[in-house]
Amino acid sequence: MYKYDEYDQQMVDARVAEFADQVKRRLAGEITEDQFKPLRLMNGLYLQLHAYMLRVAVPYGTLDGRQMRMLAHIARKYDRDYGHFTTRQNIQYNWIKLEDAPAILADLASVEMHAIQTSGNCIRNISSDQWAGAAADELTDPRPWAELLRQWSSFHPEFSYLPRKFKIAVIAAEEDRAAMRLHDIGIQIVEKDGVHGAAFYVGGGMGRTPMIAPLIKDFVPLDDLLSYTEACLRVYNRYGRRDNIYKARIKILIHELGADEYRRQVEEEFAHVKSLGIDPPKAEFDRIAAQFAMPPLEASASDKVDRTDPDFAVWVDQNVAAHKVPGHAIVNISLKPLGGIPGDASSAQIDLMADLAERYSHDELRVTHAQNIVLPHVRKADLFAIWQALDAADLATPNLDLISDIIACPGLDYCSLANARSIPVAQKIAQRFADPARQRDLGELKLKISGCINACGHHHAGHIGILGVDRKGTENYQLLLGGSGAEDVSLGTITGPGFDEDGIVDAIERVTDKYLSERTDGERFVDTYRRVGMAPFKEAIYG
Amino acid sequence: MVEHLQADGEEPCVTLDAFLDQSNATAVRLESDEDARALIPFLDRLKLIEVAFPKFRDGRGYSSARILREAGYSGELRAQGDVLVDQIGYLKRCGFDSFAPEKDLNPADVEAALTRWPEHYQGAADGAVPIWKLRHG
Amino acid sequence: MKLLTGNDLKTGFVTWWTGADWSLHIEDAADVGEAGEAILAVEEAARRVNAPYIIAGEQTADGPRPAHIKDRIRALGPTVRPDLTLKPADPAAGDWVI
Repeated sequence: MYKYDEYDQQMVDARVAEFADQVKRRLAGEITEDQFKPLRLMNGLYLQLHAYMLRVAVPYGTLDGRQMRMLAHIARKYDRDYGHFTTRQNIQYNWIKLEDAPAILADLASVEMHAIQTSGNCIRNISSDQWAGAAADELTDPRPWAELLRQWSSFHPEFSYLPRKFKIAVIAAEEDRAAMRLHDIGIQIVEKDGVHGAAFYVGGGMGRTPMIAPLIKDFVPLDDLLSYTEACLRVYNRYGRRDNIYKARIKILIHELGADEYRRQVEEEFAHVKSLGIDPPKAEFDRIAAQFAMPPLEASASDKVDRTDPDFAVWVDQNVAAHKVPGHAIVNISLKPLGGIPGDASSAQIDLMADLAERYSHDELRVTHAQNIVLPHVRKADLFAIWQALDAADLATPNLDLISDIIACPGLDYCSLANARSIPVAQKIAQRFADPARQRDLGELKLKISGCINACGHHHAGHIGILGVDRKGTENYQLLLGGSGAEDVSLGTITGPGFDEDGIVDAIERVTDKYLSERTDGERFVDTYRRVGMAPFKEAIYG
Repeated sequence: MVEHLQADGEEPCVTLDAFLDQSNATAVRLESDEDARALIPFLDRLKLIEVAFPKFRDGRGYSSARILREAGYSGELRAQGDVLVDQIGYLKRCGFDSFAPEKDLNPADVEAALTRWPEHYQGAADGAVPIWKLRHG
Repeated sequence: MKLLTGNDLKTGFVTWWTGADWSLHIEDAADVGEAGEAILAVEEAARRVNAPYIIAGEQTADGPRPAHIKDRIRALGPTVRPDLTLKPADPAAGDWVI
């Protein structure tokens, strides 16, 4: 993984000093909250429902044991002993004090971490495939491109006061594990005539007006990647709407211009921008890419897994994915235990995962947009020991991609934007479907819950989605079916009138019962839904 | 070099529309929603272009400035309006060399903002050598 | 009743105007009536509170109770982590929110 050189370290250190100075000026009253707000947001510090919330960046979801330990340390020293992993591969702390923020950022900088641009109307964390570098199906590791974009976007002087936030995802496989089509820019590294290039999808997003990003350019030469991105951003910065925050994302601009006109404007700008020489030479890409080389995995590691322990076998079948190198595997750690809070991990759990990474995964971990953790490079021979350690720490729930592997935003329990609580609903659903055999029978079923229309829980992209709303002062929940954030991308459709907290759980059970009665061999829930349509499900829900 | 105030005797800025109508103004003001490229045919005649920042959140002026510098404008480029000291660094990188903030800026804060960053990741309009170039020569 | 609330600038803690001072506990909150905006302006300018605003509430036997569930969650703490609320040992606290 990427390691800072002296330049990278200088930049985060300067940012720490800058923010320390800004905090000092705020506390001394030299700047107002209104002036301070965009500055603290560009360092990931929100004023949230209970306290300040800090969102720490985990660039494209990749980190090592030392960094993971620092995240645990921050939780213990400055917060309430836990962190929350987010749908953008970052981590959030909910109980931060402003007066501690400079020290926290300094601690992070000491391990090559930061909270730069994790909020604000700027380019946010570049997200990527959580199995990058390990999955057999990838064309190449997308993360060097993500790192190149991270540096290019950091402290970008022209694009720090955009109409709205800007999210970029980079993948390099046909299977989309990063919800790329639902980003402002989704980049897929592709191959044409033996040459790699970048397909650019621009104008995706969720929120109030969900949209799937249209293909703007099918093949951008990789030498032009940054110039082309710069052109996309410049057109947005100049012409994105600034009159209404609910219409300020690039998806609205592209929707209103039309993809063809947006493309034309980008091409025109690109022709100009390309002449500016902002694209780094191949040597810079090679320098970065070399740091993402496959770690020295054991050449003749055994492919055998002793499945004698039945619980271990269940976990292997559900949570362990194939690795491109024989004898190895990708371990998926669920942060969705029964009765837990989706995406939360205690400092002790975070430390444990750091230990396991160092010991068994060549010191590397990933955060997924489904709020889980990955150990990307483990030997199959070590799986049992890893599972035992996870199991002892309540980190071995074998529910990857099953109905209880719920993506849930923090909701009204934590977020001042929310209209309804999401976590209790997630917990009730998980409880209703607690039987592991029942979950496995239902199979892949991606359930996503948002506590408000901002859709941080990605409910539009859930096979089953739930949206919390405020109905005359009471929490109410709308049900959506048929969304997907994968390569079969689609937006969910509302079933009908909403439900209260218990009602939504019952409704979901009626939906899953209907699925079981309708499905044909091998169909996932979402496949059955797409085949039979909404009508049978609507009938089952509402009678 | 940073200048804060409009000097006595300086020609006032005309609006873009007025400038495009009339031929002999040397100072023009660009509103945040106006197209900087409209000035490109006339850059050699201009001594001052003032770019408006009606609200600090409105970042269109950053693009306007870079576009003008990229087109070869070498006169004074001034950021006017709701300009906060914490934006000075980015404004300068985009090509601004003078500032007319609505609220006075503390000169020490301005100096700190201008000297904060040892290097920069990306090329912009200030001629700074981006880090990738420092890495590879 | 109208309650004036905000956050402590340094710590971020949720605070409530008592009539004279800022308290972490909503039980101490005063009804600011129509005077809220004036008090808010003074307190914010003096940095004794950050991002203050006024909410609706009602006087109950247990003290002031915000009209909206969001404000009640804010007053007490997350319903899903009673141990992190202001009343970790009180099993009835959750009922007050809901």
